[in-house]
Amino acid sequence: MAGADVDVGTELRLGLPGGGAEAAKTTKRGYEDTIDLKLTLPTGGSMKEDAASKPEQAAEKAKSDPEKPPAPKAQAVGWPPVRSYRRNAMTVQSVKIKKEEETEKQQPVAAAATACGNGSAFVKVSMDGAPYLRKVDLKMYNTYKDLSIALQKMFSTFTATGNEGKMVEAVNGSDVVTTYEDKDGDWMLVGDVPWEMFVASCKRLRIMKSSEAIGLAPRAKDKYKTKS
Amino acid sequence: MRDAADDSDSPPSHMSEDSDGSGAGAGGDTWAPDLRGANGGNNGRWAPPDQVLENVLESVLEFLTAARDRNAASLVCRSWYAAEAQTRRELFIGNCYAVSPARAVQRFAGVRAVVLKGKPRFADFSLVPNGWGARVSPWVDALGPAYPRLQRICLKRMTVSDDELALIPRSFPLFRELSLVCCDGFTTRGLAVIAEGCRHLRVLDLTEDYFHEETEVVDWISKFPECNTSLESLVFDCVSVPFNFEALEALVARSPALRRLRVNDHVSIEQLRRLMARAPHLTHLGTGSFRSEPGSSGASSVSDLATSFAAAAKSLVCLSGFLDVNAEYLPAIYPVCANLTSLNFSFASLTSEELIPVINHCVNLRVFWVLDTVGDEGLRAVAETCSDLRELRVFPLDATEDSEGSVSDVGLQAISEGCRKLESILYFCQRMTNVAVIAMSENCPDLVVFRLCIMGRHRPDRVTAEPMDEGFGAIVKNCKKLTRLSVSGLLTDKAFAYIGKYGKLIKTLSVAFAGNSDMSLQHVFEGCTKLQKLEVRDSPFGDKGLLSGMNYFYNMRFFWMNSCRLTVKGCGDVAQQMPNLVVEVMKDHPDDEGEVDTVDKLYLYRSLAGPRTDAPEFVNIL
Repeated sequence: MAGADVDVGTELRLGLPGGGAEAAKTTKRGYEDTIDLKLTLPTGGSMKEDAASKPEQAAEKAKSDPEKPPAPKAQAVGWPPVRSYRRNAMTVQSVKIKKEEETEKQQPVAAAATACGNGSAFVKVSMDGAPYLRKVDLKMYNTYKDLSIALQKMFSTFTATGNEGKMVEAVNGSDVVTTYEDKDGDWMLVGDVPWEMFVASCKRLRIMKSSEAIGLAPRAKDKYKTKS
Repeated sequence: MRDAADDSDSPPSHMSEDSDGSGAGAGGDTWAPDLRGANGGNNGRWAPPDQVLENVLESVLEFLTAARDRNAASLVCRSWYAAEAQTRRELFIGNCYAVSPARAVQRFAGVRAVVLKGKPRFADFSLVPNGWGARVSPWVDALGPAYPRLQRICLKRMTVSDDELALIPRSFPLFRELSLVCCDGFTTRGLAVIAEGCRHLRVLDLTEDYFHEETEVVDWISKFPECNTSLESLVFDCVSVPFNFEALEALVARSPALRRLRVNDHVSIEQLRRLMARAPHLTHLGTGSFRSEPGSSGASSVSDLATSFAAAAKSLVCLSGFLDVNAEYLPAIYPVCANLTSLNFSFASLTSEELIPVINHCVNLRVFWVLDTVGDEGLRAVAETCSDLRELRVFPLDATEDSEGSVSDVGLQAISEGCRKLESILYFCQRMTNVAVIAMSENCPDLVVFRLCIMGRHRPDRVTAEPMDEGFGAIVKNCKKLTRLSVSGLLTDKAFAYIGKYGKLIKTLSVAFAGNSDMSLQHVFEGCTKLQKLEVRDSPFGDKGLLSGMNYFYNMRFFWMNSCRLTVKGCGDVAQQMPNLVVEVMKDHPDDEGEVDTVDKLYLYRSLAGPRTDAPEFVNIL
């Protein structure tokens, strides 16, 4: 797996997204910790929002951002002439394809990160027991914490109320963990790799019962048990 | 008028059963008009010969459906104008600002279907600022009272709110068909009102609309009537929010007339199979994600899915979707491929190795949309297999200028050699040669639409490093039926000289990053006598080029020009001299102090309605 070639000093562990370095603190209660932070949540993962409500945002960003120095050959707005609708629908796909192409190259992480340079990185999020999928744009977040807040908000209707900090599966109250499918098709725990690498390699997210996470990280499950 | 009646040998074979009761035949030299009304045969009402003729006319004009024919008929004389106005059933408004709603409904009394187009096409590419206009509200307000029997509404590039959608079931009790293409402004709330209120709905087609993610997604699918519905077509692949699948399955089960179903990417393979089982007579199917639900325990096998498709093979002719395709499942569609006339893979990032086996089965394909990941080899397979192909669209997976691009002149040449009946092509690439384009012009004389997009700006022939003038010149010269052309690559004024000289049937022309001087525009205006729609961007054309079109603007629907070298003065001159033209200019940065005189965007269009009153701040109507 090319993606695993980069040594980031990680180890498999169970727990909610909290970033590599903060692994020690990362537990289910990660949500509780973050709840107190007054984070402005991004507006959520609607690809249509990008295309729909403000089609000129792309124009403004491309042309009128004073902070950004003009690129030697600035991307022209709306060129090539592909409808915004199609552009957004294809963004997720192109991230996937680029990952496959980069497997042969030598700098998978760096290349993967730059490959996401354009637009958004929409991935589907499914939660076991929830009747339907949602989507999130990973590029809207900078850290695992941000993502975990957004996910919790998104699926809050399916969780038990009263205890805001814990993400609890509605039916039988067992705890859940977040996993993702990477470009190689493997299911990994969220939170193990640096954020950028995660964004580059994540194809979809799945929030599952912690009991089902056995196959992923046997060692981590033991850790999880001691924390309950 | 009486002469026309005299010429007929016998009374018309059918007369309109109008309430005025006139049933008399046409007069002639050898027999007198049978004014049965005078004899008391029709409630004692006497129909004067003019009235008779009008009924004749109206009956005959019922057969005219094409707008162009009707427009011509309406110009013959006043009575023809009146008769045509009474009998026009479909109202086509190519530019919603070209005429006021009041005027349109006043002229046409018996309209059953309305087609409205709003924003200029470059809005699709984020070139028209948000809030520009094309709101449907003034139209809905006028259509409601005027056409209570309205059955069909089709909107393209318009802004439609949920409240405006709610007006439809209220105003039109017989409403049957709603089609929204590239529209925005509505949510599932609006869809719910349509589903619930339009009891006779046959068609609900939502195509490439921009959907706002809502805080509260409404379960609109559940709102369709409980009894059997008359639904024939349900297309909602662009409504990319979750929905109630069980409700959809039940809806499909109770819609015996359903022939077209295109679902969104929240539908898995397993769910797709359930839908297909409920609707065995589908002709058009949009497959949703074409992937198994992650972690689902009852994942379908490829052969299970193939069984579903085999059952559909007799009726299915059009396949699309594949919005998040798992290539392993592709072989499942082999049973239907031979019957397919239309296949849309343009949202499926599949390699040529994955696509070629499918293509090899599609011997009867007429329409093929695909991503450029198909590669030149994949296009070769298309050329070898799909000899009946009429329309090809190759979209870029990576729509940026510096992308690799996976198809080239090689693919284009192969297609031209294998698909001689080609009528329409849209081709995105990074490498092209004049030779290949010339070959296509010679091999595919039936081309009506030729849209070639060489994504790198100003890119020349990859072999000779020359401009692409000769290639496009050959297209306009050899393809004598060409009505729509989009050009790209490095182009000089010469290319436009060719276009003006040979492009006599061209109605729509799109130009980007092309030409040397205003002569290009002049060639086009003077030569393309049928030109209706001209869109230009980022080309070195200025006021002189604009003014060379003065004599032609009234013949056109619109002219769009952005990021060229126009000034406010030049545009103002045009506005001044042409009272029935609306000249809108926009600046990209309204607060820009310097360069007050330049025009970033120009949109001019003929109009009977005068300057519109709903223009936002950033639009300056000269």
